[in-house]
Amino acid sequence: PLISRNYKGDVAMSEIEHFMPLLVQREEEGALAPLLSHGRVHFLWIKHSNLYLVATTLKNANASLVYSFLYKTVEVFCEYFKELEEESIRDNFVIVYELLDELMDFGFPQTTDSKILQEYITQQGNKLETGKSRVPPTVTNAVSWRSEGIKYKKNEVFIDVIESVNLLVNANGSVLLSEIVGTIKLKVFLSGMPELRLGLNDRVLFELTGRSKNKSVELEDVKFHQCVRLSRFDNDRTISFIPPDGDFELMSYRLSTQGGKEYLMRAHFGLPSVEKEEMEGRPPIGVKFEIPYFTVSGIQVRYMKIIEKSGYQALPWVRYITQSGDYQLRTS
Amino acid sequence: MTDSKYFTTTKKGEIFELKAELNSDKKEKKKEAVKKVIASMTVGKDVSALFPDVVNCMQTDNLELKKLVYLYLMNYAKSQPDMAIMAVNTFVKDCEDPNPLIRALAVRTMGCIRVDKITEYLCEPLRKCLKDEDPYVRKTAAVCVAKLHDINAQLVEDQGFLDTLKDLISDSNPMVVANAVAALSEIAESHPSSNLLDLNPQSINKLLTALNECTEWGQIFILDCLANYTPKDDREAQSICERVTPRLSHANSAVVLSAVKVLMKFMEMLSKDLDYYGTLLKKLAPPLVTLLSAEPELQYVALRNINLIVQKRPEILKHEMKVFFVKYNDPIYVKLEKLDIMIRLASQANIAQVLAELKEYATEVDVDFVRKAVRAIGRCAIKVEQSAERCVSTLLDLIQTKVNYVVQEAIVVIKDIFRKYPNKYESVIATLCENLDSLDEPEARAAMIWIVGEYAERIDNADELLEGFLEGFHDESTQVQLQLLTAIVKLFLKKPTETQELVQQVLSLATQDSDNPDLRDRGYIYWRLLSTDPVAAKEVVLAEKPLISEETDLIEPTLLDELICYIGTLASVYHKPPSAFVEGGRGVVHKSLPPRTASSESTESPETAPAGAPPGEQPDVIPAQGDLLGDLLNLDLGPPVSSPPLATTSVQMGAVDLLGGGLDSLIGGPNFVAPPAATVPASLGAPIGGGLSDLFDLTSGVGTLSGSYVAPKAVGSISMDLQLTNKALQVMTDFAIQFNRNSFGLAPAAPLQVHAPLSPNQTVEISLPLNTVGSVMKMEPLNNLQVAVKNNIDVFYFSTLYPLHILFVEDGKMDRQMFLATWKDIPNENEAQFQIRDCPLNAEAVSSKLQSSNIFTIAKRNVEGQDMLYQSLKLTNGIWVLAELRIQPGNPSFTLSLKCRAPEVSQHVYQAYETILKN
Repeated sequence: PLISRNYKGDVAMSEIEHFMPLLVQREEEGALAPLLSHGRVHFLWIKHSNLYLVATTLKNANASLVYSFLYKTVEVFCEYFKELEEESIRDNFVIVYELLDELMDFGFPQTTDSKILQEYITQQGNKLETGKSRVPPTVTNAVSWRSEGIKYKKNEVFIDVIESVNLLVNANGSVLLSEIVGTIKLKVFLSGMPELRLGLNDRVLFELTGRSKNKSVELEDVKFHQCVRLSRFDNDRTISFIPPDGDFELMSYRLSTQGGKEYLMRAHFGLPSVEKEEMEGRPPIGVKFEIPYFTVSGIQVRYMKIIEKSGYQALPWVRYITQSGDYQLRTS
Repeated sequence: MTDSKYFTTTKKGEIFELKAELNSDKKEKKKEAVKKVIASMTVGKDVSALFPDVVNCMQTDNLELKKLVYLYLMNYAKSQPDMAIMAVNTFVKDCEDPNPLIRALAVRTMGCIRVDKITEYLCEPLRKCLKDEDPYVRKTAAVCVAKLHDINAQLVEDQGFLDTLKDLISDSNPMVVANAVAALSEIAESHPSSNLLDLNPQSINKLLTALNECTEWGQIFILDCLANYTPKDDREAQSICERVTPRLSHANSAVVLSAVKVLMKFMEMLSKDLDYYGTLLKKLAPPLVTLLSAEPELQYVALRNINLIVQKRPEILKHEMKVFFVKYNDPIYVKLEKLDIMIRLASQANIAQVLAELKEYATEVDVDFVRKAVRAIGRCAIKVEQSAERCVSTLLDLIQTKVNYVVQEAIVVIKDIFRKYPNKYESVIATLCENLDSLDEPEARAAMIWIVGEYAERIDNADELLEGFLEGFHDESTQVQLQLLTAIVKLFLKKPTETQELVQQVLSLATQDSDNPDLRDRGYIYWRLLSTDPVAAKEVVLAEKPLISEETDLIEPTLLDELICYIGTLASVYHKPPSAFVEGGRGVVHKSLPPRTASSESTESPETAPAGAPPGEQPDVIPAQGDLLGDLLNLDLGPPVSSPPLATTSVQMGAVDLLGGGLDSLIGGPNFVAPPAATVPASLGAPIGGGLSDLFDLTSGVGTLSGSYVAPKAVGSISMDLQLTNKALQVMTDFAIQFNRNSFGLAPAAPLQVHAPLSPNQTVEISLPLNTVGSVMKMEPLNNLQVAVKNNIDVFYFSTLYPLHILFVEDGKMDRQMFLATWKDIPNENEAQFQIRDCPLNAEAVSSKLQSSNIFTIAKRNVEGQDMLYQSLKLTNGIWVLAELRIQPGNPSFTLSLKCRAPEVSQHVYQAYETILKN
């Protein structure tokens, strides 16, 4: 292995030697799964570019937590090293060890917010030499994603509403599945500890407040960043939060579209005739497109209220974009 | 400038050089040296020899260096336990460092040094850190208690750390609470009985409050802990559910799944009539569907769990079929899981869509996936009756593709469809037979053989087909061999005349040439059954099969309930309880769903379903193992069966008897020996009762023939002709007749009817119908009958001898094969030889004459100029008599050899032959 950390001491470090042969064997058998076992040891693995990130356990561990954590680890490493690959691990093995020590303790994930980690685990190790370094209180705060004392001259928030259209069409042209997965991404340049409230034309909210249902959108499921007060949303559909600093995904939503509008596009394609030597099934036709300044669902940001105790004025900027998601047309 | 340079140290004298550098006075050089050591450690070199030198670097104010030394310590302390003590002082000192980061680092590392000797030195520093003013130190110390407990549980208990840990659940800081919960849960897992978590409404409330404030990981710890709690009633369950549902909107899939676990568990306590129950059901579907947009590994975990949820509460996702449609670029493990869930959700409402999808998948390239898709079509046919026809035609389309594995898979499932809907789709058999040669997988071969055997009467060349398989009998897998054996026996029972050799061949292959005990046993059972009584064999082998169940792979309900408690964990992915894969006593407490308990105010009647869903709601689950009967009925392939049908008891009795006989015969050597006499009553006992006799056909006719003494009045009945003459001087009236108990249970079937009073010297002739259902007692001679006739004057006693052939029944013709086996089977001492003299008839005439008296000629051979007639007859009480009649042309003397399990009848049978032939 490239680098490893034994958190609990119950799995022998040599066990990992079984992993690759097992993986290869399973792949040959066509029985590859994200969970493999050898004797008493269970391997939970993900692959990132050419790296395997493998967690081992002897217990009935929480598998979804493990995979979630592995992906989070990739995210943290990527933010630290731009790219996660063999070279970046070698080049930064000291900090990788430090991060591994901070990300998890005795098998329990701890702080995995890279922005906060970067406040006390930095690449310039020399800086810490004097022993002045402190744990940012943020780590253990209820607001564990934003540190205090952030200052900007110009207070701004950029909101991107991005909708991806997933479509599955049969070879005979009938739509099997059609859904929209939207994400709202924020770029936050705000001083202090601002309280934000996002208003959408959410149908359930409109119904709750007795507004007309016209021009509202029914969201089938909504997922929020850690910073959003979920109980509040559950209660009155208010999306309120103290945002992390900088870029983050505030929320995602999903809605399936029945029927909807149909636009006819006529295009003439000049395709060269290409033949594949081996018949590898019938891959579907994928379609990629982008429609700026438009949301297919009709969702709108009605307002973004920003309140900070210093009372500054801040401007929200909103952009909409629709793009193809998993857009597949089966062929016959 | 990167760290990678540390990996490229010179090989020569490396350790020595490092040692020197580690002991350098220069801080920078020391640090560089430690980095080199760690780099070596990382690539797997053993640098434990440097232990003292590295530990010497521990006392430093350089945080980075300190972390590296700690890392080294964690790695090598166990291999150098004595030297690890050297580090203790620094740990103790660091735990009092003004910088919380250092304090936390020290307490975190301490717990990772798994050396028993030094743990006691760590108690004091840990105690302080648990009460540290900084939450970062406290949350680290909380975890350290769990680490220490893992090394030395007793120490932790003695030091009172568990109580301190419990106190931390009330800490003001959510991160501390979360870690304390995690640590306590971990410890509790190894002490299932300790009630360590001591969950009560107050502590639950604290946890629910912390849930809103802690990190996503902390939320998971808390939710997983909550899932272990059993609310006191439905109200409490509902109120917890209400506070947990907002977590379903968390971006982290693991938080969502842990919340689903709590909700699925507590839902068990809610009445279905409750509005809230419906609300909750509705709230669960969208987040489960959204999980399918997560990373593939998380999708996989989600799908495995959805598989459980769909079995437990099908109503949640019943309208969400489409989201499980497989996409081209899904990883194979996701595809297979989606397919499984699609079948579970298949219903009459969505079957058309599902089938269209399955057909699409069946033409993909991934072999495993295609196979599963084909199988899925079969499962749909069985699950949704209305779709069966469409499924069959889809399968036929697929067979036409001639893709080998598709064809084989299709045949396997069609066999199941035949089982489920007998006599409906047999028109496709011809198509199936066309593909016979391409089948090379045991399961497909076995399925095809089953089909041929089962429908042998409709397949003209069934014998040829099966014979084809028989050629390579010993190269086939056991599954195919067993199937072939059964199929040929079925064929024989259906078409006995043309297939004797075949059955003989397969029986001998199975019993004499095979080492497989299952195969031999089954071979012997069939052989024995066939030789004992073909009717019985027919009833057993061709019995109606138990229906196959709609769902073949449902998880057994108590296991399902247990797995619901483990949503999100490895157990839920493996679909196995933790006890099946976690070693030792740790973590193997069986969890079960809480019983429903209504709160005291509830008006609803307290209906307590013992841990699990109310009965009747769950689909029936099939016993995993077929029993002996199932074996005989040839159910070793395909899905498990539901419990055997009605006739069980008698059939099983027969089977048990046969088994006993089979064992005897094994002892007896390679020759096939008769089953013990018990299977066929050796005495002329009652035909009814006991063992195999029950299987014998007792309903068809009681005999057809009346002898010369008893004039034939009507075919198919026995009667006794009486001639009554009044020799008295007065008129006789009030006649009645009674038989004494006799060998064959002959009894008057009607009262003696003498219509007018009988005057002196008057004679009347009466024909009295008889039956054989009277009491049985062995008489001497066997055909002796004692009769009493009563009238107004007196009772008259007399006895008479009747010819035995009045008792020969119509269905006394034995199958050839059976005859041979039975003849062999009856011991030689039971054989009796008689001479029939002065009979001028030829073989043909003899045959036809005997046949009219229900003595049947089964075969005729000519051996050295003599005609050998092989004949059989059956008595009303089920006794078979086998005969060999040797006739030499021109010689009026015949030799009759009789074999019977009850040899005492032979003499009388011989007399019957005499009587019939000379009359």
